[in-house]
Amino acid sequence: MKRILSTREEYGRTLVRLGERSKDIVVLDADLSGSTCTRTFAKRFPKRFFNMGISEQDLICTAAGMSMAGKIAFASSFAIFITGRCWEQIRNSVALPGCNVNIVSTHGGITVGKDGASHQALEDIAVMRAIPTMTVIVPADAVETRKAIEAAAWFDGPVYIRLTRANLPVIASAEKPFRIGRGWQVQEGGDVTIIAIGMMLQIALEGAELLRKEGISARVINMVTVKPVDEYLITLCAEETGCVVTAEEHNICGGLGDAVGEVLLRRHPVPMERVAVRDSFGRSGDPQALLDYFDLNPPAIVRAAKRAISRKKG
Amino acid sequence: MVTPPETPRIRDPLLLAGHARQLRRSILKMIHTAKSGHTGSSLSCIDILVALYFAEMRHLPINPEWSGRDRLVLSKGHAAPALYAILHHFGYISANDLGRLRQLESILQGHPDSRRCPGIEASTGSLGQGLSIAHGMALALRDGPKQPRIYAVLGDGELQEGQIWEAVMSAAHYATSNLCAIVDANGLQIDGPVHEVMRVSPIADKFRAFGWNATEIDGHDFSALLAALDGAREHTEGPTAIIAKTIKGKGVSFCENRVEWHGKAPNAEELANALAELEGGQ
Repeated sequence: MKRILSTREEYGRTLVRLGERSKDIVVLDADLSGSTCTRTFAKRFPKRFFNMGISEQDLICTAAGMSMAGKIAFASSFAIFITGRCWEQIRNSVALPGCNVNIVSTHGGITVGKDGASHQALEDIAVMRAIPTMTVIVPADAVETRKAIEAAAWFDGPVYIRLTRANLPVIASAEKPFRIGRGWQVQEGGDVTIIAIGMMLQIALEGAELLRKEGISARVINMVTVKPVDEYLITLCAEETGCVVTAEEHNICGGLGDAVGEVLLRRHPVPMERVAVRDSFGRSGDPQALLDYFDLNPPAIVRAAKRAISRKKG
Repeated sequence: MVTPPETPRIRDPLLLAGHARQLRRSILKMIHTAKSGHTGSSLSCIDILVALYFAEMRHLPINPEWSGRDRLVLSKGHAAPALYAILHHFGYISANDLGRLRQLESILQGHPDSRRCPGIEASTGSLGQGLSIAHGMALALRDGPKQPRIYAVLGDGELQEGQIWEAVMSAAHYATSNLCAIVDANGLQIDGPVHEVMRVSPIADKFRAFGWNATEIDGHDFSALLAALDGAREHTEGPTAIIAKTIKGKGVSFCENRVEWHGKAPNAEELANALAELEGGQ
């Protein structure tokens, strides 16, 4: 039985550990510090925590200014607000001058649940990925969240990390080294490769188990970093399994599917299917009901895998 | 560790005016050579920048990264030629650089680029973001050694950006007294007079209502500029805004208060006439 842990709470705890190691760590939030769990840091280091109120544009540029003055800034809010309300600020004031601002969002995707479409970011990966030099990471569980946050802190340049509201089963192991830009194989398989990020990794594993019962061997990859995406791993998997399925809790435009597809198109074209929200807004509901409604569940993985396999030549 | 000598200050208004006159010539030549650039805005804020760099700010051209330096964020980044002229005067950049304004791979990009050009503190150009950046710097540095002061130069049209008022609110909330905003209030924006396009007045009252110390001055009067900067430094309860009433295109009669000179470069004849007008005198 896998442990179920909160990625947000792990984020807060990791910030405290980083804050203990370096006085240069500063954290900014926009009136959601309880939800994003930056409050854990605020309680421990009140002088290095800045609640900017409900003003994400000011928050991002203030973080940029702190970075220019030598600080390592973490800027947090819900995914929809911290990437949508202030995209141009992130592009022009953070990425263009190459600031060490780590944008850590929580509440990415539809599993936000009952708050509905206005609060469900399904485009954040796409809009962050479109910014030159931006690194985009989507950890799959709390252990990977800790590693991603630590890596981002010491990484030179802007980083976007997307976390979920929902608690997630722990899949990554604490010992395994984490490297930005490297995906890893969670499960071996030869008929199809399922490449997943975030909370879709667990669903991909469940889909792979259903496939196994039907005699189909599915490889499961945790891509972790959507940009720069692990081209070597994608190409290797395409060569070895001959078809690919991507799985993400994001709109079908501009996310993991497109990142993987761009690599396949250029390096090793093979049949590819995408499990994602099919160009739609979210809506209110229980997270599990929403996942089923939007076909982000193990049966959808199975169908996509079969489609991909059926399109293989020969 | 040896403390670097601070830049010598010039506080004589006549001397400052003489430098400003030379720098106006430099701006016009630079924009003429580039065949593009923002003439009117550069000429309206150059006196503000002269007051800051010659009289007020601690900075060290031989070490642009000196941690104790005061910092300027040119939030109205389109006035970059004014800042470039000053950086050249102090030796941050060369005369050769000035001749390559807006050219491919030049350190003098159309709008300030902190990654390319020494002495540029923040990459700006997209209006409305510089005050937040300056506030971030001020918060990060206010408890450190030397307690650097941070200056943000804004346009009055730029005050139409909502983010400016987010930053005005947060700087007042955090009582960030090492932050000073200077509004280059030349009254014109691309589409016409500010009061016709989208009224922002009364500016000082708005800053005061948010909790700032605010003063209104003639932005071409060096005695007034220096006194206002002294006042800002001495005000320790929170941030200060200096509303500097200026004339767009100041110093060149055919550019003054002319909206069409916002983003236009002088041709050879216009340059000759402008330089003649700026010759001699103080």
